[in-house]
Amino acid sequence: MQPTFTSSRILLPVRPWFIFLSLIAAALLNFLPTAHWPGMPDWVALVLCFWSVREFRRVGMGWGFVLGLIMDVADGAVLGQHCFAYVLLAYTASSLSRRILWFPLAQQALQVMPLLLATQVLQALMRLAVGADFPGWGYFIGPFIATLLWIPATFILLLPQYQPVEQDPNRPI
Amino acid sequence: MAGIDHAPPPFFKRGPAPLALLTFYIAVSLAIFVVDLRFKSLDLLRQSIALLVDPVQRVAQTPGSLVDYAASYLQGMHSLQTENDELKHAKLNTAPNLQRLAQLEAENERLRKLLAVKERENASGQVTQIMYTARDPFSRKIIVDKGQQAGIAAGQPAIDEAGVVGQVTRVFPFSAEITLITDKDQVVPVQVVRTGQRSVVFGLGNGQLELRYMPANADIQVGDLLVTSGLDGIFLPGFPVAKVVNIERDSAYSFARIFCVPIAGVENFGEVMVLDPRKPLPERPPEIASRGALPDGQRIKKKRMDKN
Repeated sequence: MQPTFTSSRILLPVRPWFIFLSLIAAALLNFLPTAHWPGMPDWVALVLCFWSVREFRRVGMGWGFVLGLIMDVADGAVLGQHCFAYVLLAYTASSLSRRILWFPLAQQALQVMPLLLATQVLQALMRLAVGADFPGWGYFIGPFIATLLWIPATFILLLPQYQPVEQDPNRPI
Repeated sequence: MAGIDHAPPPFFKRGPAPLALLTFYIAVSLAIFVVDLRFKSLDLLRQSIALLVDPVQRVAQTPGSLVDYAASYLQGMHSLQTENDELKHAKLNTAPNLQRLAQLEAENERLRKLLAVKERENASGQVTQIMYTARDPFSRKIIVDKGQQAGIAAGQPAIDEAGVVGQVTRVFPFSAEITLITDKDQVVPVQVVRTGQRSVVFGLGNGQLELRYMPANADIQVGDLLVTSGLDGIFLPGFPVAKVVNIERDSAYSFARIFCVPIAGVENFGEVMVLDPRKPLPERPPEIASRGALPDGQRIKKKRMDKN
């Protein structure tokens, strides 16, 4: 029996401004004071990973690099730390996108987890290699929370694409 | 150029291969990582990005500060009154010392003149509000609401009502970043009040500080107060920095491990005072030229002195 492409229904084409808006919103969520709470996910990494999987022709390493620079400056981190991690995340996510999209949502989240975890671990390794302080294990909880958020994030970020432009009762799909 | 062997028409517009792009971006990010860390020469790039990011960050901080404002507004009359009473009480407690301070300073100045010792420098500065702590979990930094526009420069010390908080490390147009004294390997030259011994205190990164390179038999006790020694030319002498809480003397090592906690409310929110930069110290006396063994080292030292 052929495997079914269950995770994909027919969607409207994505609007570029919505991608832009969602990435900005993710950055805003990262700037909130809640970012200090332990286990807060890196919203930018999550949304960037989502769009790299879904729309790898529109969102790729260039976006990862620019968002990385912005996060570096906003965090007061060493320049290049987020850039490196986000560029690698965007690359792996887009190269795995055809494989990831084949799975149902819960399994997609499992496939995405190593990518998000690697983003966090890479940053920690970069900073520890140059003599920073170990941030504590709470730092590594974020990616797991982000994995759980993959399902609601998919729903929210695809919401504008579900609606047909004009409601037509005789339309086949 | 309408030849037969023309290039195939571009059916599919494609950029450079993904792997090439990846290599390019990784090379660039690693390069700026190393340059920013080792040479600190990317401040202009950082400042220009910060100019764009800063307003967004301020907007993101608004809900939190609104909640704080509402909480303090709803706190009610009673707690404000108690706080007011406490403050009045504290003011009265410090009044005897404060009233005599002016006279003491004048007396001190006169005596120092009498002894032909250089006068103490007066501390002055500007009060700044802490906007938020930097999100970077690897370091301990805070962002305050005054920057280049208010004349703040990197290197200025910051204090609160109890003692030294940290030092300005980066300045942006409308904000500045202060590295706390508890940040890993942040250094403050100090002096033990009880014995007058000079040393250097290092941040540990976990909220504590360590007094390093003190011999195992050094005269240090739990509870000793460390104040800035002022030998660095950055901190004025006499500001409280830390208090010794734990001493481990192990005969296997030649140095004792001495742990201290900061006296200032380093991890608290509120206001800090950024002190104006000190007057430059007098120049160091020239090195004795007859040492002769290290021509390279001497050249470097001379160059440095020329810069100063």
